[in-house]
Amino acid sequence: MPGAKTTFPIAVAQVAPRLGDVAANMALYEEQVGAARAQGAELVVFPELSLTGYFLKDMVSTVALRLDSPEVGRLRELSRGIGLVAGLVEETPEFRFYNSALYLEDGEIVHVHRKVYLPTYGLFDEGRYFARGDRIRSFASRFGRMALLICEDLWHLSTVYLAAMDRAVTILCPSASPLRGVSDGEPADDNARYWERLLAMYAQSFSLFVVHANRAGFEDGVGFWGGSSIVDPRGAAVARAPYYESDLLTAEVNLKRARQGRVVSPMLRDEDLDLTIHELLRIREESGATPVDRSPDSESAARDEAPAPRRRASRR
Amino acid sequence: MSSRPAIPTNPELLRRILTAFIRDEVRKVGVERVVVGLSGGVDSSVSAMLAVEALGAENVLGIEMPYRTSSRESLEHADAVAAACGMATLRVEITPQIEAYFERFPDADNLRRGNKMARERMTILYDHSARWRALVLGTSNKTELLLGYGTLHGDMASALNPIGDLYKSQVWALARAIGVPAAVVEKKPSADLWAGQTDEQEMGFTYADVDALLWLMIDQRYGRDELLGAGFIEAFVDRVSAMVRNSQFKRRLPIIAKVSNRTIDRDFRYARDWGR
Repeated sequence: MPGAKTTFPIAVAQVAPRLGDVAANMALYEEQVGAARAQGAELVVFPELSLTGYFLKDMVSTVALRLDSPEVGRLRELSRGIGLVAGLVEETPEFRFYNSALYLEDGEIVHVHRKVYLPTYGLFDEGRYFARGDRIRSFASRFGRMALLICEDLWHLSTVYLAAMDRAVTILCPSASPLRGVSDGEPADDNARYWERLLAMYAQSFSLFVVHANRAGFEDGVGFWGGSSIVDPRGAAVARAPYYESDLLTAEVNLKRARQGRVVSPMLRDEDLDLTIHELLRIREESGATPVDRSPDSESAARDEAPAPRRRASRR
Repeated sequence: MSSRPAIPTNPELLRRILTAFIRDEVRKVGVERVVVGLSGGVDSSVSAMLAVEALGAENVLGIEMPYRTSSRESLEHADAVAAACGMATLRVEITPQIEAYFERFPDADNLRRGNKMARERMTILYDHSARWRALVLGTSNKTELLLGYGTLHGDMASALNPIGDLYKSQVWALARAIGVPAAVVEKKPSADLWAGQTDEQEMGFTYADVDALLWLMIDQRYGRDELLGAGFIEAFVDRVSAMVRNSQFKRRLPIIAKVSNRTIDRDFRYARDWGR
């Protein structure tokens, strides 16, 4: 993107929001955005559902926000002069509820990602409460092409593959990842360590930056492991927040590191998109699965018009 | 029994997580303090000392609630734990209220008497939690919760429990790491309901054995055949499985007859930390 910055200071607000209290969490957003600005950050990333809390259960419909709500208007205000990633329950005009992350810049909603993979197993119950997102798209920002993926989305390798093939150089990943599993001799729980391997693998395999914004705090005894990180294209964390406590993490992202990575290891360039498409179509054919129409005029795509971009968002 | 995967302990990590848990879950309710029943055993000692580390000694009150048959050693151990972490204690003898009740029912057996004592202690803890604007801190470990080796609405009652997901073996390892006096860690666990009682004698197996079994059965989801394949004796596996199944009622709210479209805990679902 012409004029996009190649180096920029970024902040991750590793917060512990109050469950079901949007007003209190909006105050937390304001405080953290102020602190991020004071430290010179040009982009601040908040965790998944950090405007509402995570284990919402029957509160989903009561804390949900329309993109034209005053609260989202307040987020747009907050984004003047700073990029902002917010996590909230999005309500559509058709009264569907999505676990969404918004990317805002200069008072506009630039991109909305609706979580595609809703974990509904073990301690998770998202499929019971949320509608499932149906697209993965990168988008242009002041900081180059980015993609937003939420927590469990990253446990599906296809999502990051799609984002990388769609030219994202930075993956922003808001999470509400619970700590679980304690092994001997480790500084963090098993889940934290799994995530760290996963993020490093993605960053290195696709030569891109991964910004992981995880939560802190507890909800009904379930702790969130924090440990937010900014991982560079070598797979190394350039900054990592402490585990299990709130923090405002800041670091400099230098997109030239992605360039260097792609010079040395041009796997993305060599990736054979047509081969992948061909084989996936064959696999679907052989599996007997029914194709889902995701063309622009299909009902499911029409639903997705709301978040579409600046033109619409700036009507208010 | 053949070699089995060992239960991990990692006391440093558990200490960090559990103190953060206590701080977060107590303060978000809008209080600063906890009360905890101090028995002189390892479970209540660990819970209390974690709370002191999380909230400060001035915010933790240990309540000793001996009955006339309680061992002298239990009280000494409770005092030693309080001294080790600087927390205040309060002693409330339960003998008068227990005796007053059982004068009317003199033929009550040990089980009824033990349960009654556990429930009297619960009422004292909750009364002092109201008096002192504090939460009641739980002291039941995962082994006894799974086996049902505790009194419903008695020692199982609490507002929050830092050790409820730790097996007894993990509690012992954590106890050593956080400085629980050695005498408390090394003695045989006992509910101290009558002289000479020990948990292991009463249950008929050791914590080491049952923890190893439960770890595979519950945490690693081994089926019966896999447990036998891992070297556990059939009768032991079946007995412990039955204990877990038969005590499920103790780990749930009372069942409610559903008549409306929205029934508490069935289709009226909110986190306990609702709005906190």
